[in-house]
Amino acid sequence: MSDRIHDIWGERTPMARGGSWPERVDVALAEGVTEADVETWVQSACVLCSNGCGCDIAVKDGHMVGVRGRADDAVNRGRLGPKGLFASWQGMDHADRLTTPLIRQSGRLVETDWDTAMDRVVERSRSLLSELGPLSHGFYTSGQLFLEEYYALCVLGKAGIGTPHMDGNTRLCTATAATSLKETFGCDGQPGCYADLDETDAVFLFGHNMAETQTVLWSRLLDRLEGPDRPLLVCVDPRATEVARCADVHLAVRAGTNQALMNGLVRELIAHGWVDEEYVDMYTTGFAELKATVETYTPTRVAEICDVGAQDVVRAAEIFGTSQRVVSTVLQGFYQSHQATAAACMVNNLHLMRGMLGRPGCAVLQMNGQPTAQNNRECGGDGDLPGFRNWENPGHIEELARLWNVDARVIPDWAPPTHAMQIFRYAEQGSIKFLWISATNPAVSLPQLGRIREVLGGDTFLVVQDLYLTETAAYADVVLPAAGWGEKTGTFTNADRTVHISERAVNPPGKARSDLDIFLDYARGMGFEDRDGQPLLPWSSPEEVFDAWRECSRGRPCDYSALSYATLRQSNGVQWPVTEQSPNGTPRLYSDAAFPSEPDYAETFGHDLLTGATVGEQAYRAMAPDGRAILKSAAWTPAHEAPDDDFAFQLSTGRTVYQFHTRTKTARAPKLDAAAPEVWAELAEIDAEKLRLGPGDRVRVVSRRGQLTANVHIGNVREGEVFVPFHYGWWSEAGETVPSERHAANELTMTEWDPVSKQPVFKVAAVRLERVDEAVGGAT
Amino acid sequence: VNLSSYLGLLHEAERTLADAFRQVASAHGDEPDVHFLCLTLAQQCDAHQDKLSPVIRRYGESSTDHEPERLQAQGPGDARTGPMGLLRDLQDVHMLGTFVVETWKMVGQAGQALHDLELLEIVQTCSAQTSVQTSWLETRMKQAAPQVLVVAGR
Repeated sequence: MSDRIHDIWGERTPMARGGSWPERVDVALAEGVTEADVETWVQSACVLCSNGCGCDIAVKDGHMVGVRGRADDAVNRGRLGPKGLFASWQGMDHADRLTTPLIRQSGRLVETDWDTAMDRVVERSRSLLSELGPLSHGFYTSGQLFLEEYYALCVLGKAGIGTPHMDGNTRLCTATAATSLKETFGCDGQPGCYADLDETDAVFLFGHNMAETQTVLWSRLLDRLEGPDRPLLVCVDPRATEVARCADVHLAVRAGTNQALMNGLVRELIAHGWVDEEYVDMYTTGFAELKATVETYTPTRVAEICDVGAQDVVRAAEIFGTSQRVVSTVLQGFYQSHQATAAACMVNNLHLMRGMLGRPGCAVLQMNGQPTAQNNRECGGDGDLPGFRNWENPGHIEELARLWNVDARVIPDWAPPTHAMQIFRYAEQGSIKFLWISATNPAVSLPQLGRIREVLGGDTFLVVQDLYLTETAAYADVVLPAAGWGEKTGTFTNADRTVHISERAVNPPGKARSDLDIFLDYARGMGFEDRDGQPLLPWSSPEEVFDAWRECSRGRPCDYSALSYATLRQSNGVQWPVTEQSPNGTPRLYSDAAFPSEPDYAETFGHDLLTGATVGEQAYRAMAPDGRAILKSAAWTPAHEAPDDDFAFQLSTGRTVYQFHTRTKTARAPKLDAAAPEVWAELAEIDAEKLRLGPGDRVRVVSRRGQLTANVHIGNVREGEVFVPFHYGWWSEAGETVPSERHAANELTMTEWDPVSKQPVFKVAAVRLERVDEAVGGAT
Repeated sequence: VNLSSYLGLLHEAERTLADAFRQVASAHGDEPDVHFLCLTLAQQCDAHQDKLSPVIRRYGESSTDHEPERLQAQGPGDARTGPMGLLRDLQDVHMLGTFVVETWKMVGQAGQALHDLELLEIVQTCSAQTSVQTSWLETRMKQAAPQVLVVAGR
């Protein structure tokens, strides 16, 4: 195997359209260990991005010593990306791991035993419940846990405590994917699959830097791009990324203008008659409104708003309108930007207008940012109800009450579930007094960190459950050491609905426990009971939780009813729904154009895309969607913070190839850490010249909310824009609540979110750049 | 005709609603969704006033000053602060919004009787937007109410 730090995507295995993606087995082992030395290979899948590549964990002397791609896995056919190869096991097997619970005593975190730590949590929880009730409790979880853990957390929070304040960092990564699918189709559920890339004639990447964020999927696409019958590639991204370099059309839109571009593309399809009218008539509703909304978005107007070439808009629309098969993928360039849900819905609309869904090579892939985000959406550890149930549908609440054998009134369905940013707002205002954070690091990953530090440092009782003493854990009242990947068994589902099992390969370090065991321990301590006085969470193993979830999913779109641990152990990735009728899974949804929008079945009655106002049951029924998809639309509106004289640059933040999240794992993989050890600010050459900045110079980036210092990279951003990767916190100062020097991109970002998906806007903020005089050493 | 009075009333009410949205936006800047959306919706109200111009040219606009005192839209008064203040402010704006929606409806009824297609189109566009404004206010109030009324301090 080549040096996979520099050769990010590995060797090419070109394929023609309709071919079978060739195998290529990637492997990484600890220095001095050969495949012959490995004692056991343990089945798993990678959690270092949302792709979900099947892999086996190499075990020797009770330690994880490497990883190997599974050749027959449907997702990756043996391949792994740089993060998976190194951070998956090196990010776990590390001396910094938390090995014992910690509690705060006289202001300091000190080691303790599990009983003492859990007693403190239970005691505070009970006293707040009796004093103020369930609304005093909030839970903020992850896109990193396993299905079983989200489901247990959901039951604990929604039926045990009865709080609507539950969300995950999935709000930052995948909320808009889920929301756009709900708004268009009536329910969450990825329509297409990765194999559609093998079959397609044109690929549109909308704000999806696939080359860096899903390297193995990009390898798959590169194998098509370098094979016969090369598909056409259209890239929508303000930066000249690797994807843009390979693209036939690159639309480098100005930040905050995605919706104008999408309206323009839809208008072009209509103007040229590239619309499958029969499909639109039979299977959709809302075309007249859509047509009226986009009417004024001529290529010239779009070119002006977005600062792209009108002819490029026309050409992109032509590729969409005339290709026989089109795959579109969408990610953070849309989800974390202005008008996120509206723009993502427009991608769905393009496919519906051409009837390009549910057939090989015709797919929408509303992507995820994290490996198990999908399970949080399905199982309801976040702001959703389990099984894609609708909180506005009393029948769905009754179903859950029956499943859990509880009074339906316990389940919080009286208002929209509280999204992450609102949970932190309630904590800031002091009405959430108990906040339990699991497997996520909001002290680095939420917007406007100065404010988040105040919230975390406030009076809220804070429980933090993680692998390491993260920047967030430093604020905790109780820190619970968690077992992670390879140290516990569980299942998870990737962005194309592929379910994998991940087995326990080694023992967790010290006293660390699986997240599931921690949640179950809390539930026991709290004495949560069902209506018959039996334990509400009666489980003692992940398999028992999985079996309970299977019943919860039965008959819903995310149907796992024919899946079990036994079948998953025999499988190489199987896509839900998996039922008696389709025991081998379902590669594509909506092949029959029957959409889950029927009011009694749908996950939502929908929202207005400009305001987020709920449509409500009555108005939704009056619209009579009844199995048709809904073509939702919205006019473009300008972003809320534009560059001005004081803050002349447009800031965008994002994920990069060598790091993941806030580097809890990747910073502990030496090769990945060395490849990108420090934060940088990427500028256009012309701006660097104006500011007399060269590569490696120090620059201070300042917004209305905070500032950071970074090394200058001269890169491929638009003039007037600056890009800062969002990974860098102060992890090396473990235990410190405030960094000695500011590096986190979120020092600069603003507290704002999409009105429908509530996903924070990380990609639109105004900043100014100041040269840091080396002699002064970065003082302000 | 009395339609001119109602057009004057509507014009004035949209102006009051725009002011109310701006006032709530500035008083509740720490609630970013409320802040930004209220500014956007204030602009929508401004646009509604502009849209009324051609029909006001046609039918006139009587100042509501000469009308009975009850035929006026009242603004919400001074904005409040804190979680409870937010809920109360949103509810005041909601009341004003439903007043505007109903006024559009009545003007629309007159448009039907007059066979004024231009007026009817304006009513359709604007009243639909104002209805969404009130739906959003209700959605946001329903979200806020349990926390405000059960656990929050003032």
